[in-house]
Formats: sequence, C-alpha cells, structure tokens
Amino acid sequence: MNSSTAKNVDRKKLREIIDRYHGDRSSLLAILQDLQQVHNYLPLEMLKMISGEMDIPLMRIYEVATFYNAFSLKPRGKHIVKLCVGTACHVRGAAGILDKLERTLEIKPGETSNDQKFTLETVNCVGACALGPVMVMDGEYHGQVTMSKVDKVVGPLKKGAR
Amino acid sequence: MKKIANAAALRQLQQELKKKWDPKKPVVTICAGTGCRGYGCVSVKEALAAEITKQKLAVDVRATGCFGFCEKGPLVIIQPQNIFYQQVKIKDVDDIVNKTVVKGEVIEKLLYRDPGTGKRIQKEADVPFYKKQMRLVFGSNGMIDPTRIEDYLAIGGYSALGKALAMTPEKIIKEVKDAGLRGRGGGGFPTGDKWESCREAHGSPKYVIGNGDEGDPGAYMDRSLMEGNPHSVIEGMIIGAYAIGANQGFIYVRNEYPLAVMHLTMAIENARNAGLLGKNILGSGFNFDISISKGGGAFVCGESSALFASIEGKAGEARAKYIHAVEKGLWDKPTVLNNVETWANVPLIINKGAKWYSGIGTAKSKGTKVFSLVGKINNTGLVEVPMGMPLREIIYDMGGGIPKGRKFKAVQTGGPSGGCIPESLLDLPVDFDKLAEVGSMMGSGGMIVMDDRSCMVDVAKYFLAFLQDESCGKCVPCREGVRRMRDIFEDICAGKGKEGDVDLLESMAQAIKDGSLCALGGSAPNPVLSTIRYFRDEYEAHIKEKRCPAGVCKALITYSIDAKACNACGLCAMVCPTGSAHGEKKKPHVIDKKTCTRCGACIESCKFDAIKVK
Repeated sequence: MNSSTAKNVDRKKLREIIDRYHGDRSSLLAILQDLQQVHNYLPLEMLKMISGEMDIPLMRIYEVATFYNAFSLKPRGKHIVKLCVGTACHVRGAAGILDKLERTLEIKPGETSNDQKFTLETVNCVGACALGPVMVMDGEYHGQVTMSKVDKVVGPLKKGAR
Repeated sequence: MKKIANAAALRQLQQELKKKWDPKKPVVTICAGTGCRGYGCVSVKEALAAEITKQKLAVDVRATGCFGFCEKGPLVIIQPQNIFYQQVKIKDVDDIVNKTVVKGEVIEKLLYRDPGTGKRIQKEADVPFYKKQMRLVFGSNGMIDPTRIEDYLAIGGYSALGKALAMTPEKIIKEVKDAGLRGRGGGGFPTGDKWESCREAHGSPKYVIGNGDEGDPGAYMDRSLMEGNPHSVIEGMIIGAYAIGANQGFIYVRNEYPLAVMHLTMAIENARNAGLLGKNILGSGFNFDISISKGGGAFVCGESSALFASIEGKAGEARAKYIHAVEKGLWDKPTVLNNVETWANVPLIINKGAKWYSGIGTAKSKGTKVFSLVGKINNTGLVEVPMGMPLREIIYDMGGGIPKGRKFKAVQTGGPSGGCIPESLLDLPVDFDKLAEVGSMMGSGGMIVMDDRSCMVDVAKYFLAFLQDESCGKCVPCREGVRRMRDIFEDICAGKGKEGDVDLLESMAQAIKDGSLCALGGSAPNPVLSTIRYFRDEYEAHIKEKRCPAGVCKALITYSIDAKACNACGLCAMVCPTGSAHGEKKKPHVIDKKTCTRCGACIESCKFDAIKVK
C-alpha cells in the first residue's frame, strides 16, 4: 500500500469515528479515545486530519490530547502494563512493585521498550483498591501483586518470541 | 421490552416480574464486581453454569454487582438456603453443584470463618463484616443482574419514578430537602437546596449530571454502584431532572472504569426501550434522556467546572465560580451536578419518604454512606453504614482490625483533599462535620487504614506527588506551591531535612489554600497539615534524627539479616537484583549495606522473617 492510499484508509476510518458522534465538537474527547483504540496512540497526522475535518484549531486538539492521561502521542508497546499507584496500593507497597517492573522491563513509567513490546504506565487509582497492589496487564486485573508475581505475569511475555 | 405506557402499567409489569422471582426457586448468585473479577470469578461463573447445564438442573446462575466483601472474593450465594460461600475456586464448582445445589448440603470449608471465635458462618448477614451495615443503597447490588432491567423492575425499581411523576416538582424538592440529603461526592452540599436554586435559575435548557469521575485514590464505591446497580443512578437522575426542569442529562464516567461504562450504556438503552427515558416518560409528557461522557483520566475533572469543560470537549481546567453552576454550569446553562451515589439515594427518599430517611444518621448528616475500607486492614471491601458510626466500629468490628497483629496508626479519609486521623480519635462518629472538625473530610468515602509500618511523612509526600501530577496548572500557588512543597518532602525523606522545614510547609500550605481557584488547590495542603498536626514526632525524627521510624524512607533505613533467624536457604541472594544479599551454603547470609538499594525483594522472599529494617 503506498502512502497516499494508507492515508485515504486512515481518513475513511476517521470519518467513521467522527460521524459516530455526528461531528459534534464537544465529542472531541470521545473521538480521540476511539481513534486511540484504532492506532494504539494518537498519530500527529491524524490530529491534523481531525483539525481539518472538524474545523478545530490543531492547538486546541493538542491541548486536549496532552491534558488527559489517557492519551499518548507516542506509539505504545504491544503489551500495556499499568500499575495502580493509588493510596491503598501505595500503603501496601506499590512503590516496590514499580521498582521491580522498572528493573524487569528496563523502562520507566511512560516509556516504551525499544522492541516496542511493553509500555509501562502508572495510574492514580484503578478502583480495585481491595486487591492492592493492583497491576492491569492488557486490561486484565492482577491483585495482591508481589515481586514474584511480576516475574510470573511479565516474565513469559518478555521471553516470548513476540 | 415493550414501552411502558404509564404508572399503572409499570406497577403491573413489576408485579409480573416479581412473581417470576420466586424466593423458593434455586438460584446461584456470583459476585461479578471488579474485585471478584480480579480473583477470576468470571471463569468460576462459567464453570458453574456449564455444570448446571450439563446436569440439566432448573437452577439460575446470576452474575451480579459487587457484594462488598472484596477481601474474600470470589463470593457465591446459593438460594433458597441463603448459603454464603467465599474464596470460591473453579475446583470447588463440582462440590457446590453436586452437594449444595442438588442435595442442599453445606460445604464447611467454603464458609466464612470468624477469626475471633473460629466458628464457620453460613449466612452473609451473620458475617461480622455485614452485621452492622445498613445496606440501603448497596443492598440490591448482590441481588440483581445489572445488565437486565427486568431484575431491577422485579425488586421494585422505577417505583419512585412512577410516584415522582405524579408529584409536583416543588413537592419532590421539598421531600429531598426535608430528608436532609447531602452530596456524597465530597463537599456535602445540601442536595435539595442545589435543586431548588437550579429550578429557580433563569436560562434554558437546564442539565443534570451524574458525577462518576471517582478520582479519589482508595475509593471505589461509585464504580461498584455504576457497575452493580446502574438503574438506581438513572432513576434518581430522571426524578431530579423532572424536579428542576431538565430534559438532558449526562453521566461522566472515568476512563479507567470500562465495565461501568458498559453497564451504564446497556442500562440507558434498556430504560429507553422501556419508555423510562426518552419522550413522554410513563405517559407523563415529560421528556428526558441521558448520554455518557467518558473522562480522560484527570483527577481535577471531579471538580464541577473542570468536569463541565471536559464534557464540552475541552481540557479540564477549573474556572472561577463567582456564579454557581446551578445558574451557569454546562455550556453556561443552569446545571445540577451530583455524585452518582447521591443520585442513587433519591429513589429511596421518594419511595419511603423524607421522614423515614431523616431518621437515619446524625443531626446534620442523614442517611447512610458507603465507605471503601482498604489498606492495612483484614477485611477490605465496601461497607454501607448509617452516618455517625464511630470509626472504631468500622475499622475493628467490620474491618476486623489490622493484619498480622500490627498496630493501627492512622486512617486516611477524603482522598488527596482529606487528612489522616490518628488512633486517639478513633471514637469519632463519622459524618460530614465531625471529619471536617478534625482536619479531614468525608470525600467520596475512601478509608485507607495504615499501620505502624506506614510512614506518615511518606504518605504526605505521596499525596503531594499525586496532586502535582493532577494539578491543571492554571493557578500558580497550586502549580508551583505543591511542587515546591514536594521538593521539601523529597529532602526530608532523603535525610536532608532542615530545622524550620515544618514551619515553612505550614505557611506555604496557607498560601496555596488562599490562592487557588478550585477545591483541588484549596484542599491540596490538607494531607500535609493533618500529618503535621497528629504526627509531628515523625517529621522530627526524619529531620533531626535522620530516622524513619516506620522503616519506609529508603535513604534513612538499612537492611540486615538476623543470623539467628536465617535458615541459609539462599532465596534472598537469588532475588537480590544488586547481589547485595549473599552468603555461603548452610551459613547465615548477610547484606552489603553499601550496594543494597532497599528494594524489598529479599523481605518478600524470606520465609523466616530474618530481614530486619532499621
């Protein structure tokens, strides 16, 4: 696929998303959320397209995209590892688990590994406080996480071919 | 489902559905809240359903919302005998079906065991965690399948709506005012007054919003309510909209709560199909609909004006509130914003009356409140208690005290806007005003319990880091002040604290409070002030003696191995990432203090409690 066809496919998909919200500018957050679902992050090219399609200044879109934690302007890894660092998890030792994840994945929170396999993120509370410390791996909740549990959950994925 | 034409048709449908809910009929209910899902309840439910289908039994398997006792999940209740099983695993499924469901036998090992008496308890209501609760808002969570409107209708759901639509809006507002309902999201503002001001405000259209942006770390009752009983929130909102004269509503839900979004979306769709949302609701001529707005993961969006900005599709910055939201809120139109738990209280008030409701609670705080009891406590979970219950009863009678026999140190309430309450105040009756008197607040109801291994300086630092991250950055005192306070804390925890730091923190706290537009900045110093107030000695130990009494602040502690306790198993050496823990075979191991990073891996691995922290 050459780059202009790829662009047309992207534009078509974006149009679908925008139409889902009837092109309503107040649905910008929802549109960006849906777009991120498709691309795993928010590519700048796509933000420019939204700006053109919806007649919103790029600066406004950028403001929203950088304000909310849910959005990423950089490509994210195949596996998203989210560690809850809410108060309940904190008092049960989330800081130690974060150290362990940083050592295991060799990245800091907000970073993606060089092989694009993992992105490590911290969340200020995932609302599963009774299970603290909580780790959400690709949408699946793991409760009462210990350092050895990190090895069990993350280890096989790290070693795996993909 | 067919559209319900009017209140009489609603009553008839409820009766029909109720008949199908024969209390003698065998039903297996399993908690499918987020907590139990974390323990793998979904596969347990599938296994139960598969086994029951295989044996061709006439038994329903129902996945419900959160039961509350998250510590012991996955939880299962078997009707009609009302047998309460906890920590159910897939391997228990055969026994549950063959023994309990088929023969009515009780499986002792799956019953809750009272740690005090050692006795097994068969019924949920007799478990100490539940015994003192008053589950008005949360009670139906464990009974209904939140994805089925029929279940909610069968237990009398939407009766309050039917009743309200026959009342005048003024009468509804009076009822809510007389009930004494106050906002459950944190501020505790009288709900009826808010509705009245909005009804009287000029401008149209008017809006109602359900705030489900539960950002307080450590609180998850709103999540469980939206996931487990979404119709109760929706019903409350329709009644409120009718009372103030709004035709459009929004529920603002956190991005981190995908299951809540799913269940709310289904509930709205189902209510619309049943004629409970949309045009001419129950034939009354009143039109109202609700949309869901998903947040983007910003704590500040729990604040009203930032939340409006977010729904409007902008960055969630707070704005000055010279004019209240009830006059100029969403799109500058009169708006009532209530927390989802507040909305869920409304049908109760309409159904049972203001007099009944105001009989529960304390002089100025009425009704019940759901708290999330988490942290260093034996029975973690959600408890719903009448306002005014002493902290001690919540923490010890329901929560079962502190794990591993450790000592209670503090309970943190009110999230990053609240404070830490020490042991000396444990007999405090919990209500809006009492918590504020001791320098904390109700907030959305998080109660994070801390033991003697929790460092209060570290906790204050934690909240500052949180707030620095979440400050929208608009007001300089909040943006820069919180950052600067955090710098001071980093120094104190690194052993570089100076005499006078505490005084400096106190004066900065005042400046941040005075100079911030919204509640985030206005209350940001609370965790610092309350820990200084009650735990000044810990600050002094850090600053003067360069010592962390709780053994948390890494720069101020050292690890060593107790040679007598060490079994030379070598696990610590195996897990130590820096090679600091080492030793010869069959000889007590040692830790090289120079290279040790105090990561805690050795402590977690040691089976003999031989690693000492000083």
